[in-house]
Amino acid sequence: MSAVSTSPAIERGTATSRIAAIAVAVIIALLAIAPHFLSAGAVDRMTALFIYVILAAMWNALAGFGGLVSVGQQVFFGLSAYFAIRLADAGLNPFLALFASGLIVGAVSWPLSLFMLRLRNGEFAIGMWVIAALTHLLVNLDRLVQGETGTSLISLNAYDAGARRAAIYWLALASMTALLAILFGLLRGSTGAAIRAIRDNEDAAASVGVRVTGTKRLLFVLAAFGIGIAGALWLATSITFQPKTYFNVQWTAYMIFMVLVGGIGTFEGAILGALVFFLIETWFGGTGVWYLVGLGATAVLFSLFLPRGLWGTIEERFGLRLLPVGYRVRFPATADGDATPSPQQTTPYREKA
Amino acid sequence: MSNQIIQGILLGGYYALIACGLSFMFSVMRIINLAHGSLAVFAAFALWWLASRFHISPFVGLLIVLPLMAAIGWALQRFLLERSARGGALLPILTTFGLAIVIDNLLFEQFGADTRSLAPYIGSLSYDSWEWPGSIYVGKLAVIMFAAAVILLGGLQLFLTRTRLGRSIRATSEDPDTAGLVGVDAHRANAIAASIAMVTVGLAGAFLGMRATFDPYAGAPQLLFAFEAAVIGGAGSLWGTLIGGIVLALAQTLGAQVHPQGFLIGGHVAFLIVLFIRLSTSGLGLRGLLRLPTRKPT
Repeated sequence: MSAVSTSPAIERGTATSRIAAIAVAVIIALLAIAPHFLSAGAVDRMTALFIYVILAAMWNALAGFGGLVSVGQQVFFGLSAYFAIRLADAGLNPFLALFASGLIVGAVSWPLSLFMLRLRNGEFAIGMWVIAALTHLLVNLDRLVQGETGTSLISLNAYDAGARRAAIYWLALASMTALLAILFGLLRGSTGAAIRAIRDNEDAAASVGVRVTGTKRLLFVLAAFGIGIAGALWLATSITFQPKTYFNVQWTAYMIFMVLVGGIGTFEGAILGALVFFLIETWFGGTGVWYLVGLGATAVLFSLFLPRGLWGTIEERFGLRLLPVGYRVRFPATADGDATPSPQQTTPYREKA
Repeated sequence: MSNQIIQGILLGGYYALIACGLSFMFSVMRIINLAHGSLAVFAAFALWWLASRFHISPFVGLLIVLPLMAAIGWALQRFLLERSARGGALLPILTTFGLAIVIDNLLFEQFGADTRSLAPYIGSLSYDSWEWPGSIYVGKLAVIMFAAAVILLGGLQLFLTRTRLGRSIRATSEDPDTAGLVGVDAHRANAIAASIAMVTVGLAGAFLGMRATFDPYAGAPQLLFAFEAAVIGGAGSLWGTLIGGIVLALAQTLGAQVHPQGFLIGGHVAFLIVLFIRLSTSGLGLRGLLRLPTRKPT
C-alpha cells in the first residue's frame, strides 16, 4: 500500500485504523439504540460508564498530553453539579442547566488557568487540590446547599422516570462522543502536533516556537469543561447533591487509575482504562475498602512497572494504532517493522512555527 | 485578641513540624510526596495503638514509632520514589498519590471510621496551661510543640551545614551527578534524607494526635497544611517553614473570627494570596502573567 519509492512515506492512518473507524461508528450506533433492549439498571450502569470515559479522557488530555498532573480535578466535577443546582433553582430547565453549568465551569477555568498554569509539576498538582478544598468550603456556605447535608435537583423529578433515564443515557452518550471527537480533532490537527511536542519535551517544544502556555491552557479549559459536563451528568443520574461526595478527591483517584492502567498519553488508553475501571467496579465495588486499597495499589504498581499502561504497551509491542492521532513515517527498508514510534514520529512535528 | 494571636503563633509550630519534612524532601529530591499527610496519620495511629493496647505513653511510643518511620522512609525512597523518579517528574506524583490512597484505606480497614486522639494518654498535659502576664493562658502542649518545631528546624539546619552527611545530602540535591564524581553515594544520601523526612513526619503525627483528633482520612488536610506552610515560607528554606506555619495559623485564626466556618477558608485564601504575590513578582510581573509567558522561570 505504501509508496514503492526510496523516500519515506508519511501516513496518517493504517488499514487497522480504517476498520477501527468503521467499528467506532457501529458501536456508537448500537449504543444509541441500546436503551430499547437494556434493563433500567443496565442503562444506569452504561450511563456511568460514559461518564467514566469522559473523566478518563479529560484527565488524560490534561496529564497525558499537557503534562499537567492535577489531583484537584474534582473541583470542576463538584462545581458544575453545584451550578446546575443553582441554575435549576433559578428556574432554568434542568436539562439545559446541566450543559449551561458545564459551560460556566469551562469559563471559570480560564481565569484560574492564568494563575495555576504557572505552577510546576507537584506544585500544580497540590495547588489544584487546595483550589478544590477551598471551593468545597465556599460551596458549603451557600444556604441552598445546606452545608454537608446537601440538596437535590428536584425539578428533574417532574419527568417520568423511564423517559428521564433514557434521556440522561443519550445525553451522556452524546456528550462522551462529542468530547472524544473534539479531543480527537484537536490531537489530529495542527494543535495536536504542538500538544505532542509539549508532551515529549516542553523546553524543546518552546525552543522551536510552540506556544506552550497557550496550548496547555486550551487543554486545561477543555478538561475543566469536560469534567464539568461529567459532574452535571452524574448529578442528573443521582439527583442528590452532597458537596462531600462531589468534591471528593476519590474522583481524581478514579481518573488517575483509569489513565494509568489504560495508558497515559494515548487516546485509546483512556477509553480502555475507563472500561477496565468500570468492570472492576462492577465486580469488586461491593467489597468497599479493599476495593479502594486495590485501586491505589494497582495505580502504584502500574506507575512503577508499566508506566505506559496497557494500551501504551500494546501499541509499543505491536505497532497497533486504532485511532491514530499522530503521523507515521514508514521507511521502505523497514516498511513492516517500524514498531518504534516515538523517535521517528517526532521528525514531522515541526510543521508548527 | 492578643491571646488568639499567641495561640495562632503556637499552632504555627505544628504546621512548621508537618511542613518541614515535605519541604526537606522537595529540596533534596525534587519530589512532592503526596502520601506525606497519610504517613503522619499512620504514625498517629501507631502511637494510639501502642497506647490503647499496651498502655505505652505516646512519648515512650515515639522511641518505637520514630525508628519505624525512618525505616519506612528508607524503603519508600529505595522501592518507590527512586524507581518512579526515573520515569520523569510526573510519575512520583502519581505513585505517591496511589500510596496515600492505599494507606488511608488500610487505616480505615484496620481502625474503622471513629475519630481518635492521643490526648487521653498524655495525662494532664493535654489541658494544662501556663498563665502569662496579661492573663493570657497558653497550653503547655502548644508551647512544647512550638519548642519542638524550633529545635527540629534548628537541628536540621545544623545537620545540613555542619556534618559530613548533611553536606553530602546538600551536594546530592544540588547536582547528583557531580556529587557522585566526588564520591558521594547519591542513593544513600537520598535514602537517608527520606528517613529523616519521615522521622519529622512521625513527630508531626504524634503532635497531631495529641493536640486534636484524627481519623483514617485525616491525611489529605495535613498534606494541604504542610504544602501551604512550605509554599508560604518559601520551599526549601527551613526557617521560612516556621514563618509559613505561623502565617498559615494566623490566617486561619483570622478566618475563624470573620466567619464560624472560616478557619480553613482563611488558611487557603492566605496561601493563594501569597502564591499570587510570588508568581507576580517572580521576574515576569503581572503583565507577564496575563501575556501568556512561553517559558517559566526555573
